[in-house]
Amino acid sequence: MHGFANPARFLRLAKWLTPVLLVTGLVMAIAALVYSYTSMPPDRLMGDSVKILPLHVAVSWLGMGGWTMIAIASLVELVWRHPLAAIAARAAAVPGAVFAFCCLATGSIWGRPTWGTWWVWDGRLTSMLVLLFLYLGYIALTSALAREGGSSRIAAIFGLVGAINIPIINRSVVWWNSLHQPPSLTMGNSAIDPVYLYPLAVSTLGFSLLFGAIVLMRMRAILADMQAEARLRRKAQAAAGSMAEGTA
Amino acid sequence: MNTTIKPKHQRLVLLVVAVIAMIGATLLAIVALRDQASYFYLPSEIGAAETGRDIRLGGMVEHGSIVTQEDGITIHFIVGDGEARQPVSFTGIAPALFVEGSGVVAEGSMAADGTFMASNLLAKHDENYMPRELAELDTDEVRAQIEATLQ
Repeated sequence: MHGFANPARFLRLAKWLTPVLLVTGLVMAIAALVYSYTSMPPDRLMGDSVKILPLHVAVSWLGMGGWTMIAIASLVELVWRHPLAAIAARAAAVPGAVFAFCCLATGSIWGRPTWGTWWVWDGRLTSMLVLLFLYLGYIALTSALAREGGSSRIAAIFGLVGAINIPIINRSVVWWNSLHQPPSLTMGNSAIDPVYLYPLAVSTLGFSLLFGAIVLMRMRAILADMQAEARLRRKAQAAAGSMAEGTA
Repeated sequence: MNTTIKPKHQRLVLLVVAVIAMIGATLLAIVALRDQASYFYLPSEIGAAETGRDIRLGGMVEHGSIVTQEDGITIHFIVGDGEARQPVSFTGIAPALFVEGSGVVAEGSMAADGTFMASNLLAKHDENYMPRELAELDTDEVRAQIEATLQ
């Protein structure tokens, strides 16, 4: 575990892993979306609007996956004091928020022609909107802590407490009557025909790799920022030290 | 003998206890919300609803129950949930996915004669996705078909 705690080793790994994830993810996601918009047959009831399925499922999965990553990284930070965990959690927040927003946007666009409404306050839609607000709060908190130099442990506790919303989103369509349909994919079962299921799987995997690449890029950027700040601080201290010597 | 717990393990235990307490509190809240957080009532739950109050009714549109009235824009149909059947009247433009054998959420209120007067209809899509060639199948047959092709 602590083998990866070494930032130098992490940076060496991230350097070649980032472009690999980025290129594979982009190729898979674009291929799946182009295929779904050009070649996927219309659904028996909703017709052509089913073409948004591979995109909507992929971005929703990552909207929830982003916070799951924040929660796991927060746990690792709080218990094992892993130096990279706080950085990983911070790095996942913005892409997670973007994906959660895309989930709400694509869902809304899809809801208008199928349900007959842009938005309803049912369990699934409301809990997903709460997730977006949690992301925004988390981003505000972590950026304030980074600027003011507070303990990142506060953010880690926020990350863990907020994780309670993830199973609620997942189970909302089972626990409560909702306009959103119940899950199509359950343990080993699919209610989605293979002509939609395979593009969906490729799209979800592609966007997940893309998410991984973005998180690695952001982690590298945060580490570089921290190094630059540390260097400036050392310089300022050295300058202050020589000035003190000069006056003595 | 050294009986002190490592700080790492102490933190882990503390955190596990905190997480369990949090999950417990949330589960209590969810159980309490069970009825309030539902988006609509089923026909079997709506019987006691007071007339005139704005509520939502959800269920399956019964096969062969949609009847267009003489004015051409009012439809009567029956929403069922396998237990109870609720007659509904709606005047206006129904969403494209509003078809017999499919799910619907109707917004409106109960009339004195026991009919649900809907002011707005929302089509409820089920969890099945399937191309048009099999359009004539109903929900259970669609599900069986998909599972057969995936085997």
